[in-house]
Amino acid sequence: MTPADIGYLERMAKQIRIDTIDQVYHANSGHPGGSLSAADILAALYFYKMTIDPQRPDWADRDRFILSKGHASPAYYSALARRGYFDPARLRDFRSVRDYLEGAPSTKLTGVDMSAGPLGQGLSVAVGMALGGRLAGKGYKTYCMIGDGETQEGQIWEALMTGAKYKLGNLVAFLDNNHIQMCGRNDGVMPLGDVAAKYRAFDWRVICINGHNMNEIVEALDSIDNEPDGVPTMIVADTIKGKGVSFMEDTCKWHGAVPSPEQYAQAMKELGGKIS
Amino acid sequence: MSKANRVAMGETVLELAKKDPRIVIVEADMSGSVNFGPFIEAFPERHFDCGIAEQNMVGVAAGLSTCGYIPFTATFAVFASMRALDQVRNALCYNHFNVVVVGSHAGIETGPDGATHQAIEDIAIMRALPGMTVLAPSTPVMTAYLTEAAAYCVGPVYLRLGRDKMNELYEVGASFPIGGSKQLTDGSDVTIMAFGTMVHHAMAAAEKLKELGVSVRVVDMYSIKPIDREAVEKAVCETGHIVTVEDHSVIGGLGGAVAEIIAELGAGKLSRVGIQDKMGKAGQPQDLFRMYGLMPENIVSSVQALLG
Repeated sequence: MTPADIGYLERMAKQIRIDTIDQVYHANSGHPGGSLSAADILAALYFYKMTIDPQRPDWADRDRFILSKGHASPAYYSALARRGYFDPARLRDFRSVRDYLEGAPSTKLTGVDMSAGPLGQGLSVAVGMALGGRLAGKGYKTYCMIGDGETQEGQIWEALMTGAKYKLGNLVAFLDNNHIQMCGRNDGVMPLGDVAAKYRAFDWRVICINGHNMNEIVEALDSIDNEPDGVPTMIVADTIKGKGVSFMEDTCKWHGAVPSPEQYAQAMKELGGKIS
Repeated sequence: MSKANRVAMGETVLELAKKDPRIVIVEADMSGSVNFGPFIEAFPERHFDCGIAEQNMVGVAAGLSTCGYIPFTATFAVFASMRALDQVRNALCYNHFNVVVVGSHAGIETGPDGATHQAIEDIAIMRALPGMTVLAPSTPVMTAYLTEAAAYCVGPVYLRLGRDKMNELYEVGASFPIGGSKQLTDGSDVTIMAFGTMVHHAMAAAEKLKELGVSVRVVDMYSIKPIDREAVEKAVCETGHIVTVEDHSVIGGLGGAVAEIIAELGAGKLSRVGIQDKMGKAGQPQDLFRMYGLMPENIVSSVQALLG
């Protein structure tokens, strides 16, 4: 990766943030906080790392991605649209009856490998996809993004055990560790403690990075061997909820809130986006 | 020769797997209870034990189905329908994935394990899920047929099986299409509709009623959803009276499904034999069937009361 390549990914991350604010504002509904924290990772996956072909969304050899923290759907939809899965104009129908840009991803939308919504389920499905790929002799990787609040769901730990048991070297998960959930900080709601140590204790390889540093995201992704029979990887990405919009950063207030016209204008100004 | 339907299911899945590499098993520490041992021996790489983690089991099966595999998940009916309900609904039904959810040891027939292990509301729950097919076979021949039908049916299927050995009522080679039913005896006074183990009780009740001069039609309603509406309509037209029998709550099961049709028809009289909004308990199946009113004599009394 050259500095220019990194610059491109950073611009795509900014585009995801602009689209996120735009979707939530125009839908008058949605979850900006956890979308903004996930933007850089999504940019690195969709515009650099993943082997995919928007013209063949069902291509059997493609890399898979599951957004288990489905509330970050506006960021995901932006990544899919900007990567070419569908016309970005459709982002205006986020959460609308006119299209299938549901509150949480639906497989009715082109490019979505798995639906989400009820937290805690995606990592088990990713385990199934990784098992299926290996069984079929395919070399693809399965990526999954989970949230830190979501990690309170017991099923996450069931899936972690299964991934380790089956030595899924073709499985890579991201923890979007923004430290905040709907009603407050994780530490107050249900502390995760040293979550990286917990994943290690579950026999996963753990890489800790700054989830807003594109160099670190790319480096972490490039450090994973393409060994279908190995060890699953958890990238613990330290992030900031609401990252990129000053008044949305590091607060639970913007978990599921909609900006006013003035706030929308301010957010777009900060992100360098156009008001429309 | 009698055998448990859950054993017949395991045998069939092995036979299907020999012909079709897409067949895989995803289970939750249950392989012995559903006769998956021979499959595991033959195809160890196509067997995934998710541990005692049913929610995870359903998720893993969903992931495998996206890769073109046809997973059979297996656990007790109580856990398939309640512990993993969120996953069955949102991972399987929402995406209409081809996964067969086997719910074994259903009903109070499960016996000595007691109420916590006896699914008596699983059909009501599964029936309400959009796009879910619900099948409940009565004999090993029927189980083999429906196991194969479930594997190749588009969308998720809930296959409900009991614990005990069942006598055979059907010829090898008989067909049991999804959405159909099987008439076992014909009669003009009343129709007894049942599924699973209760089909055998219905047949015994029909014998006794015949001695009492009552002409009984018995229909095996193995396809709970989609239900054979035509069979219900015919029963109403031709016998006027229907008694449903199930090792399940009278709320939302076969009795509920038939009641919905009869209410829409605005004709016919119905009585539902089943578990009356109560929890089960530990005991031998025969003792429990007696205690909960699911014996042939209870069916006879219900028919007599309905006919007046």
